[in-house]
Amino acid sequence: MENTLLAELTDKLKTTFGDDIVGSEQQYDFPVITVKKEKIVEVIKALHADGFNFLTDLTGIHYPDNKGKELGAIYHLHDMPKNRRVRLKALASIADPSIPTLTGVFPGANWMERETYDFFGINFKGHPNLKRILNMDEMNYFPMRKEYPLEDARREDKDNTMFGR
Amino acid sequence: MAEVKDIAENKKAEEKFYSTLNLGPTHPATHGIFQNVLKMDGEIIVDAESTIGYIHRAFEKIAEHRPYNQITPLTDRLNYCSSPINNMGWEMTVEKLIKAEIPKRVQYMRIVIMELSRIADHLVCNSVIGVDTGAMTGFLYVFQYREKIYEIFEEICGARLTTNIGRIGGFERNWNQTVWDKINKLLPELEKGLKEFENLLTRNRIFMDRTINCGPITAEKALAYSFTGPNLRAAGVDYDVRVMNPYSSYEEFKFIIPVGTNGDTYDRFMVREKEMWESISIIKQALEKIKKEPANIFHGDVPEFYLPDKQEVYNNMEALIYHFKIIMGEMDVPVGEVYHSVEGGNGELGFYLVSDGGRAPFRLHFRRPCFIYYQAYAEMIKGRMLSDAILTMSSMNVIAGELDA
Repeated sequence: MENTLLAELTDKLKTTFGDDIVGSEQQYDFPVITVKKEKIVEVIKALHADGFNFLTDLTGIHYPDNKGKELGAIYHLHDMPKNRRVRLKALASIADPSIPTLTGVFPGANWMERETYDFFGINFKGHPNLKRILNMDEMNYFPMRKEYPLEDARREDKDNTMFGR
Repeated sequence: MAEVKDIAENKKAEEKFYSTLNLGPTHPATHGIFQNVLKMDGEIIVDAESTIGYIHRAFEKIAEHRPYNQITPLTDRLNYCSSPINNMGWEMTVEKLIKAEIPKRVQYMRIVIMELSRIADHLVCNSVIGVDTGAMTGFLYVFQYREKIYEIFEEICGARLTTNIGRIGGFERNWNQTVWDKINKLLPELEKGLKEFENLLTRNRIFMDRTINCGPITAEKALAYSFTGPNLRAAGVDYDVRVMNPYSSYEEFKFIIPVGTNGDTYDRFMVREKEMWESISIIKQALEKIKKEPANIFHGDVPEFYLPDKQEVYNNMEALIYHFKIIMGEMDVPVGEVYHSVEGGNGELGFYLVSDGGRAPFRLHFRRPCFIYYQAYAEMIKGRMLSDAILTMSSMNVIAGELDA
């Protein structure tokens, strides 16, 4: 059943958006569709009109080895009446991490985008109030990126060589 | 000339003096560290801005550096009023990732635990709504039942609040007779207590006057703001993860989803109240089902994640290897990403887990319902009285531990 949903959604989106749909795959019970970052809001608008009326989750991810597309915004959409779920991804480079904001479609995306900005530095263009939400305003780095280790590298009282950290 | 006068008067009206009130960060009436900067016209809130944070504990970052077994304690501290649900949600996420088969008895035991913690969560929330309307009695009466539920948790895992209950694949050890006795003893007491509590509040004139039409939200708005759980159901949308995407054999149970109509404080209170009755009924059904299962099964067959029995470790080479691998966090985890959600105490608690096959998750994101509710708070209290703002917050059941993960 899930695979038919993946095929159906991919077909539908490909006819409208063509090459802007970069990839589609099945991950466990979710169809995952990767979209060019400029088109993500239009794709979500199309899905919203198709019945996906609920934004379950919005978060970010950092793939340090994926050159040119290091940062990603990840959207989970839910079509409640038909109980269909889909995951969308929009990848951006770390040099220009800007993705259009979703607040125009879902007002609930406001804080989720602020949190993603706070942790990953993804710059949601057009967001009404894009500032840090959990960390200090003065912070000048994005702590969930992979280059920042969990523990302070300057500490000398701990030897973690045996523990694979 | 008249126009100029009008403009001047409009300008005067705009420049009307509004006082700024800082509600919080730690105000006795707000249950946690919430700051709200309110613009007040007398007692009416004209504008509001909510800020959260600075008790940020970096759970997602810590999770990227920990083996899968050691992430369970991190999930306790999200919604600390119903931490077992968080534990179970995380364990089920990993089980989905490794495609583990869990025996029916374990699934029913999990349902008992999850429903008990849902009752504990709702009891605290509803009695606190009473406190904020000035009824301390209900809170004091009802709190003893939460304590009794916590005693059951204590009997199972040794902890009351930060439970760390259950393991990937099942439970750490089988439940002893005391646990079953305590559950059987609790249920009739709980029914009696709930009835008393409802007699005190549900048809109470003062309580109804105070809560009806206080902080309402429409179904469309609630959906647009990604509300889930009792707050969404109070607005009239019958969305429940237990029914829509059943996990842990919830599809075998008979229960209804209570819904409200207005989405105001009274409806949220009533939805939680009715849900507790449903939870009691689910626990009773689960206890009946457990009786039909073999009594010695308390975990599934996932040796790579499940710490073997100590006697086995001393006498069996395979068990020793698994023990060592688990302690060092060297399990074989498939590559892939998975999203799993459970119906938490106050909404859809989701886990988005990306695995690269390493010893720790590549990325773990918690979808915390409270974080998502709280952004609508400012809009819900605009144009209302200050005292209603406090009541709205307590009826939304915003837990500070879930705001920052």
